[in-house]
Amino acid sequence: MSPSVRLQEMIRVIRGARTQGEERGVIQRECAAIRAQFRQADNGTRSHNLAKLLYVHMLGYPAHFGQMECVRLIASPRYNEKRVGYLGAMMLLDEKQDASLLITNSIKNDLSHSSQYVQSLALCTLGCMGSAEMCRDLAPEIDRLLRASNSYIKKKAALCAVHIVRKVPELGELFTPASRSLLSEKNHGVLHGAVVLITELCERNPETLEQFRKAVPELVQIMKGLVMSGYSPEHNVAGISDPFLQVRILRLLRILGRNNETASDAVNDLLAQVATNTDSSKTAGSAVLYETVLTVMDIKSESGLRVLAVNILGRFLLNNDRNIRYISMTSLQKIVQTDHNAVQRHRGTIVDCLKDQDASVKRRALELSLALVSAVNIRSLMKELLLFLSSCPPELRAHTTSGIFNAAERYAPSQRWHIDTILHVLTTAGGDVRDETVPNLIQLITTATELHCYTVHKLYRALIADISVQSLVQVACWCIGEYGDLLLRGECEETEPVQVAEDDVLDALETVLQSHMSSPATRGFALTATMKLSTRITHNVDRIRSIVSIYGSCIDVELQQRAVEYNALFKKYDHMRYPALSTTALGPVSSTAGGDLLDLLGGLDVTPGETRSLPPSVIVYEKNGVTLKLQTDRQTDTGMTITLTATNSTDREITSLTLQAAVPKSVQLQMKAPSGDVIPAHGLGQVTQTVLLNNPNKVSLKMRVRVCYTSQDFVCQDTVQIDSFPSPAW
Amino acid sequence: MMYFLLLLSRQGKLRLQKWFTPVTEREKKVTREMTLMVLARPPHSCNFLLWRDLKIVYKRYASLYFCCGLEDQDNELLTLEVLQRYVELLDKYFGNVCELDIIFNFEKKAYFILDEFLVGGEILETSKTAVGIAMEEAETLQEVTHTQSLKCDTCPNISICFFCSLNRQWRSI
Repeated sequence: MSPSVRLQEMIRVIRGARTQGEERGVIQRECAAIRAQFRQADNGTRSHNLAKLLYVHMLGYPAHFGQMECVRLIASPRYNEKRVGYLGAMMLLDEKQDASLLITNSIKNDLSHSSQYVQSLALCTLGCMGSAEMCRDLAPEIDRLLRASNSYIKKKAALCAVHIVRKVPELGELFTPASRSLLSEKNHGVLHGAVVLITELCERNPETLEQFRKAVPELVQIMKGLVMSGYSPEHNVAGISDPFLQVRILRLLRILGRNNETASDAVNDLLAQVATNTDSSKTAGSAVLYETVLTVMDIKSESGLRVLAVNILGRFLLNNDRNIRYISMTSLQKIVQTDHNAVQRHRGTIVDCLKDQDASVKRRALELSLALVSAVNIRSLMKELLLFLSSCPPELRAHTTSGIFNAAERYAPSQRWHIDTILHVLTTAGGDVRDETVPNLIQLITTATELHCYTVHKLYRALIADISVQSLVQVACWCIGEYGDLLLRGECEETEPVQVAEDDVLDALETVLQSHMSSPATRGFALTATMKLSTRITHNVDRIRSIVSIYGSCIDVELQQRAVEYNALFKKYDHMRYPALSTTALGPVSSTAGGDLLDLLGGLDVTPGETRSLPPSVIVYEKNGVTLKLQTDRQTDTGMTITLTATNSTDREITSLTLQAAVPKSVQLQMKAPSGDVIPAHGLGQVTQTVLLNNPNKVSLKMRVRVCYTSQDFVCQDTVQIDSFPSPAW
Repeated sequence: MMYFLLLLSRQGKLRLQKWFTPVTEREKKVTREMTLMVLARPPHSCNFLLWRDLKIVYKRYASLYFCCGLEDQDNELLTLEVLQRYVELLDKYFGNVCELDIIFNFEKKAYFILDEFLVGGEILETSKTAVGIAMEEAETLQEVTHTQSLKCDTCPNISICFFCSLNRQWRSI
């Protein structure tokens, strides 16, 4: 049976195998036969055997033993054997194989063969898999072929040169002169190869780029010729004459015109012509228009042309073809920073694309929508984004939530809106948010003092509805623990009043503690919240004590430690319970928020038995509606806590508030973090900052405080000196 | 440049693979992940997707998926035209090409046509007719060398030599 028929026969048998095992068996037998054949002397069947091996290789089986056979076949004088040998080389011999070097000499010989088809085999192979060494060896040959040969060889030599330049960039200099002259060729194949080669040379070498800027007029001419030419059956694709060449020329013009006024000017007219005359009803035309738009936006084109380009992209956005919508959004994404307003005009259509069925289009629309968020459109755009979140594919959820949070942080029109938005995200997709969301949200809630009542009511309602979303449950527990008193009071300005009994709240927290859905961290939050409530409720303190004592023998070590410490608070340190658990000092909250008890007690220097009374305060600064009060609290013989409170009676909020303090040398000063840097208007809120002083030498205490803030767009900085302190100092 | 061109059946079997950049066998297996993504796409989807840092352009023709991986600067719409052109060339050469034609003639025709159209990941020839002409002339050369070689090596009698018989059999398929 003749061997080549056996190839087709072999393919039939392999395809007929019913199981993977059967297929493997057939292939093993065939490979054994092929190996045996390779070992024999030349019997005219080598090329067929190699072809069989290549089929087997494509199915995924190992075929490395065919590598040497490729080398031998390439060296054969017969064309059909060379052909299969070169094909085998391209499939089996990439540059990582040692055997690839062995074909360098054959290639060199074949490059000067009398038959152009043999030359072309060598060129094609070198251009696809030539290693850096092979390229260095053969580059002069390629250069020779670039200059003196027919079009069939020249176009292959050009792409071979492209490959060489990619592997060994220094060799670019060798090809520069020849590539310049190739631009005057008429053959489209050669012209295309020349443009690709010049593009590659210019991208790698700025000097070459300078040189080729002189070729811009010539390129413009060629392009004009293509655009204006009549129908050419050889090159016509859907009414466009050689779109492949047109696109490559546009790309080269983009590289040459970038950051260069002269070159950009020279192509302005051409780009306008292409943009207006190209028929984009089919893909070929759209491809050319797309490249034109990219070029216009990347070079220094005149504003009228830029507007035209953005309009083309806008038109693409409305196209029925999904591919066109996709590439339109990709391009708009590239220019959204530089031409923000122009892209904003298309926001409506972009947002509509969020509802498209296709996953690729959705992703592009999401990226672009997030880039278009601004202070002006935040409310409407956020509605769309939240709607998208409720139905978006799972792989996009994490990205969407973090995008929403970033946008909300930057442009939130009010704190209530901000909190509402975050809560909405947590209820819809709480499982896909970042870890820092919980402390960030707690921080946000803390600073929004007038919303505490509203927030705790809302979170309580969310908690009793669903306890599966950990992040939401954690924040809710913290909030209830902190502002439980507001919750129990019942009334709230912003929401309908609802009667919440102490038992209900404790039920909710206990449910969280006992649920198997709650993570250990969540249980920690719930336990601490329960504990904190002991200072905010009146009737059920015993219930709290029993809950806490149960957890004193919990398996989870964290929880157990916490419970034991809380128990101790109940038993031995009951007088410290209130100070330790009252509203926490405002400041950066770490991810272990919920409070390590030792942290709470650490700052305090409480001597047992001391009664606390409100220390007196004095006004130290009053200007521009900003009032700074100072109040002292003598802790020990040498230590004192000073609390600075800033209020604002103007009708606009004060921002960027910073306080700095200086004291005599022997006094030690420690400034705690301020509660915030924004003082709400109309005296509706305040900023406090605690300063700890230690005066071991009991010197006469003086303090200088520098106040810095921004009020109604002007920045104010003042220094006050405090010589006398309200409570007996030293 | 194009990094690779793969032809896949609907079940994910590879019918043709052309790699324009050196890739180890292991890396080739990694692209399996990408092929699964492509095969899972519903009909009438967008033909572009992102995989790792590559742009993937794919198009389905009958039972074959043509997938290629592009660089960032490459024009995706133009690549759709490249795939269209390749299918047209195959169709012209085989006469109403189907997947089986490509399977059974992969090593002779599908790859050779590809090599006359794309080299090193770039388009070699933009004319519709030039590729066909080159293929025919190369085929003639192949037959000529067949007949010449058998005279000196294997068998003096043309009609019963297996080289010639195979030649005649190919023409009848």
